[in-house]
Amino acid sequence: MPDATKLVISNSPHIRGGETISKIMVQVFIALMPAALAAVWFFGLAALEVMVLCTVGCMAVEVLWNKAAGRSSDSWKDGSAALTGLLLAMNLSAGAPWWICILGSLLAIGLGKQLFGGLGYNPFNPALVARVALLIGFPQLMTTWVKPAPGQWLAYDALTGATPLAATGKELASIQDLFIGNVGGCLGETSALALLIGGAFLLVRRLIKWHVPASFIGTVALITGLAHHFNPELTPPALYHVLAGGLMIGAFFMATDMVTSPMTANGALIFGCGCGIITSVIRIWGGYPEGVSFSILFMNALTPLIDRYTIGKPFGYIRIKKEAAQ
Amino acid sequence: MSDNPRKFKGGVHPEDSKALSASKPVQTAPLLGKYTVIVHQNIGAPPEIVVKKGDLVKKGQLLAKASGFVSVPLHAPTSGTVTAIEKSPGPACVSVPSIEITADGKDEWGSPFEPIADWRNTDPAVLKQRVVDAGIVGMGGAGFPSHVKLSPTKPVDTLILNGAECEPYLTADHRLMLEQTEDVLLGAAILARILGLKTAVIGVEANKPDAISKLNAFASKYSVTVQKLRVNYPQGAEKQLIYALTGREVPIGGLPMDVGCVVQNVASAVAVVEAVVKGIPSIERITTVTGEPLVNPGNWRFRIGTPISKALELAGGVKYQPAKLLLGGPMMGFAQNSLDVTVMKNTSGILLIPVEQVSQYTSEPCIRCGRCVEACPMDILPATISQAVENERFDWAEQLNVAACIECGSCSYVCPSHRPLNQHFKRAKAEILAARRKQQKK
Ligand code: SF4
Ligand code: SF4
Repeated sequence: MPDATKLVISNSPHIRGGETISKIMVQVFIALMPAALAAVWFFGLAALEVMVLCTVGCMAVEVLWNKAAGRSSDSWKDGSAALTGLLLAMNLSAGAPWWICILGSLLAIGLGKQLFGGLGYNPFNPALVARVALLIGFPQLMTTWVKPAPGQWLAYDALTGATPLAATGKELASIQDLFIGNVGGCLGETSALALLIGGAFLLVRRLIKWHVPASFIGTVALITGLAHHFNPELTPPALYHVLAGGLMIGAFFMATDMVTSPMTANGALIFGCGCGIITSVIRIWGGYPEGVSFSILFMNALTPLIDRYTIGKPFGYIRIKKEAAQ
Repeated sequence: MSDNPRKFKGGVHPEDSKALSASKPVQTAPLLGKYTVIVHQNIGAPPEIVVKKGDLVKKGQLLAKASGFVSVPLHAPTSGTVTAIEKSPGPACVSVPSIEITADGKDEWGSPFEPIADWRNTDPAVLKQRVVDAGIVGMGGAGFPSHVKLSPTKPVDTLILNGAECEPYLTADHRLMLEQTEDVLLGAAILARILGLKTAVIGVEANKPDAISKLNAFASKYSVTVQKLRVNYPQGAEKQLIYALTGREVPIGGLPMDVGCVVQNVASAVAVVEAVVKGIPSIERITTVTGEPLVNPGNWRFRIGTPISKALELAGGVKYQPAKLLLGGPMMGFAQNSLDVTVMKNTSGILLIPVEQVSQYTSEPCIRCGRCVEACPMDILPATISQAVENERFDWAEQLNVAACIECGSCSYVCPSHRPLNQHFKRAKAEILAARRKQQKK
């Protein structure tokens, strides 16, 4: 007979689906691997160095910050800090000096996450907070990119070039290069193919809703497509916009961040469209060549509002209304 | 009706673990020396005890009479002596009034009700009175008095028999439908007559194909339609079941009759047959005794008042210490800390959960993953309501329609942060109710 004194009393449900935060984070990490490998292929070991520094850096900041705050310090184990680190690296150039990586980690975890109370409480995507802060603080460093040298591990010779979006006229990269990733940019801005593979993984594993990437990319394609149609001088064609710069990584990996994007399907659609509109406007008419980061941060700020106004009606609600009307 | 009814929104797919007991035919538990009958077994008012210590009782004799409309009588599970009327362990981990019957071993019937063989030509009011007198409740778990549902105050056009049995592990209804197929259908026909309806529909989850085909073989004889339901927890929840079968949405705070439906559990339907055709009150039920730690899980026909310890003994005892003992299924059942609690009319399962299965996680902050929102069959926002509750903002919780929550636990089941969502909602509802009472007093 079972020992009644050892029986646990707690609320239903008594079984759980087995999902955990760390399982989710690890899977997103895996989804980033194709892009990470592509970065190493095109930019050599320097890219690997940036990724390792940022990942370890973010985890270290997480541990130290918790210690300093006197909080139970094993939240680094949930994998969210490591993921933020890798995402941060994806937003840096292979030529980023080591201290940019460390400073970025501090900004991401400290300013972007812990200052708000840690995972779940941060209104903004931590990696993007760091990226934008660095962009403002070190505009020069953050906008010079290493030229890709496919398959040459050590051939990183600090040749710098413009990102495809800042380029004009003849310098425009070919669509094929953009798709494969043979262009300058930050680690995660290069290979659209690798990001699509990772994005497909996220969708298949149901780690992200399709609503965000679809509406984000769709809106950018629509607006830039129209702009190009009416004035080809103004901006490159839609496909170019979709493949170049940070749109792919932004739409699949940054805008979909659970903590900082809306929870409902309708909210996610609005969120994605908003990101798409702002990105397109900045790219076509703004002062910066790239607008993905800003657009996502801006929409992050609107997330609580979107959540509030997209609350649907519960099951059985319509009928109450009808009856009340009678 | 199609063979593939509507899918209600949300729901989850836990491992069903029914294989442990699904193939085990129902065995009748041997007569015990003592039964402890918990007095309050139904939703609504507890019945009023009409026996006293020392009384001799016969099997089926009245122990307690209904104390109002939403109340049911209680009958002796066997013949013997009333040896105690005192508090004993109850299903909510607190002691509750019970009546102890020490059996005389003769298992002698008192004067049971007159069997109504010709129920087809009997006044529906007489049939309904029999349901009242027999003390029948919703045996699927809720314990709601069956006769109350049979007295709708609004026009009703659909009688639904609930054979979904969507809770993992439980197989009692499955076995019942398989072994007493015609009784289930006959019950549907009698219930239909009471409601003035010609037909009934019975919904069974697709994971019980043998029961479905057996029911189908006899269904037309009783003017019953059998509907295969999607396997999706909580398919057996009244509102979800009605939606799947009819497309009607029961309003929040409303009842099935608001959309012209009456839902009865299959076991309750069989209890109605016993009461009407054989004149036997509700004194026994089929219960699944199961769980990985048990040596020999299975399904048994127990008298009401059988201690859990006896049930576990019949199932061969345990191989190792379980982490939890539950009455009901793992999604909505109640954890117990005593083996002396006894089988009640709504005890669909006695379940032992091994330690690996139990959720012993610490709750972490919500990462807003939206999984709970997707899983919620009532289409409310568990994450947001839970945050309101954590901030003690019960007014927000109310605005966010926490009242619609059916406490199915799907949200807690999927939450990667292991938040006690369901628990929050129970608390919110209690607080809102308390606040409303206070206001009414003013
Ligand atoms: S317990 Fe309530 S809130 Fe949670 S899924 Fe079920 S109905 Fe929705
Ligand atoms: S499932 Fe849990 S973590 Fe995810 S949104 Fe709901 S409450 Fe938050």
